[in-house]
Amino acid sequence: MRALLSLIAMLLCLTPSVEAEEVVLGLSQDSISITTSFDGTEILIFGAVKREETIPDGPPIEVIVTVAGPSMPLTVRRKEKRLGIWVNTDAVEVDRAPSFYAVQTSGPLREVLSNTEDLRHTISVPRAIRSVGAPAHIENAESFTDALIRIRSRADVYQLREGAVSVSEQTLFRTAVRLPAALTEGAYPTRIFLTRGGNVVSSYDTTIDVQKVGLERWLFGLSRNQPLLYGLMSLAIAIAAGWAASAVFRLFRA
Amino acid sequence: MQIYLPIAEVSVNAFLLLGLGGIVGILSGMFGVGGGFLMTPLLFFIGIPPAVAVATEANQIVASSFSGVLAHLKRKTVDLRMGTVLLIGGLIGAALGVVIFNYLKAQGQVDLLVKLCYVVFLGVIGGLMFFESLNAIRKTKSGKPPARKKHNWIHGLPFKMRFRVSGLYISVIPPLIVGVAVGILAAIMGVGGGFIMVPAMIYLLGMPTKVVVGTSLFQIIFVTAFTTLLHATTNFTVDIVLAVLLLVGGVIGAQIGTRIGVKMKAEQLRILLALMVLAVCGKLALDLLLMPSELYSIGAAGH
Repeated sequence: MRALLSLIAMLLCLTPSVEAEEVVLGLSQDSISITTSFDGTEILIFGAVKREETIPDGPPIEVIVTVAGPSMPLTVRRKEKRLGIWVNTDAVEVDRAPSFYAVQTSGPLREVLSNTEDLRHTISVPRAIRSVGAPAHIENAESFTDALIRIRSRADVYQLREGAVSVSEQTLFRTAVRLPAALTEGAYPTRIFLTRGGNVVSSYDTTIDVQKVGLERWLFGLSRNQPLLYGLMSLAIAIAAGWAASAVFRLFRA
Repeated sequence: MQIYLPIAEVSVNAFLLLGLGGIVGILSGMFGVGGGFLMTPLLFFIGIPPAVAVATEANQIVASSFSGVLAHLKRKTVDLRMGTVLLIGGLIGAALGVVIFNYLKAQGQVDLLVKLCYVVFLGVIGGLMFFESLNAIRKTKSGKPPARKKHNWIHGLPFKMRFRVSGLYISVIPPLIVGVAVGILAAIMGVGGGFIMVPAMIYLLGMPTKVVVGTSLFQIIFVTAFTTLLHATTNFTVDIVLAVLLLVGGVIGAQIGTRIGVKMKAEQLRILLALMVLAVCGKLALDLLLMPSELYSIGAAGH
């Protein structure tokens, strides 16, 4: 209880009651529909910095935009050569890893964001993954989370694009986030951070809803809620197609 | 044209799937096999998650076998009695196979098991078929009639039953065992098992070649239908959009393939099939033996 109270006190100290600079945000779309022909999309994130006073002196304002997919636990496995063949041996459980994560900044990440601020707000890609710890017998457990990031970066679902946010007159900013075709359903938390000299001066949270619609939604729902019916329907379609093919080609032969 | 698959949750080119279905369909029409042993690895290759590929392929095989068995029923080349015995074994095997599949999926070894099964079975069957057809070609050249109807240890087993269409009077134990084995493979490998069933029926059970394909197709329909239902209800991994795209290409290809097949000699066909089986086997074996470029893999959580 005391720990909680001190935490609240700390948070109150940290958060200024009125921020000198605030984000006013616009999104080109706040929901994304996955249709049958869905092939990835791009959302435009733009906004302005609202101030009551003149632009403060010192380092210029920088903007970081993050878009995250739904997080889920994962298992990362490593192959080793056993009896001449490559077999999965060691495995590390990752508690939470987003299915998609994009970080876009207005400058090199290490310059616009300090390490402590990154830790506090979990902004960069490695921070977005939470791994409580590997079993004791596994050496070099970090290589597993590194591998997770490497594989997902290669698949373009983890993106770090430095300099992708353009800021004009220290007031207006805009960026486009590319969402790949292989997208999972869910709420995509989107965060915008304003930083000066590596420190976060203001942040703004919103969510983009990604959901399957139409036929996609219906089929997915059916497969989860009525799996038996879905299975029987799959079979019926298969049998009908098989019958139709043989009937059509019998006509050809005749 | 990209199309988003609702269960696999990936977006793939629809024409690529139609084309794959078509090519595998042609081969399956030529050789009288379901083609699952080719299609499932190809689906892995284009990025379909293995669990979805295996389950969906089972559904597609239902379509192609049903199309094939209708033609065979008309020609009365289906031994329904033998088919039923094989089927009983097959259903037991399929249930066992899905249990093994789910257990190994949790252990993270399912990819290995699937690949090992492929390498071992494709290697053995491909090799046997290759040498057998080579001998057959040599014999037809030298003009000797092929030897047939040997009595082996299988004829000494109990529980004998008469199979009129096949002209056999043998124990039900060997067909049951063949059925169980093929059922397990159908569930684990996402194949109908025709490439194992057909040689087993000819060489182990001594069935006449003309009823083998029809009978094998007859029981494959039920085993793969059962496998599809099990995967759909326990793993939720049957992607109906994927299945439809594959089977449209597949059924058209199969009919074209049948016409090509008619024009070729049986031995030539078998030797080609054997070479293809060995090629797929070799590719998968290399994957297991050579060091992979990425040692790590990501899987769903769970023990």
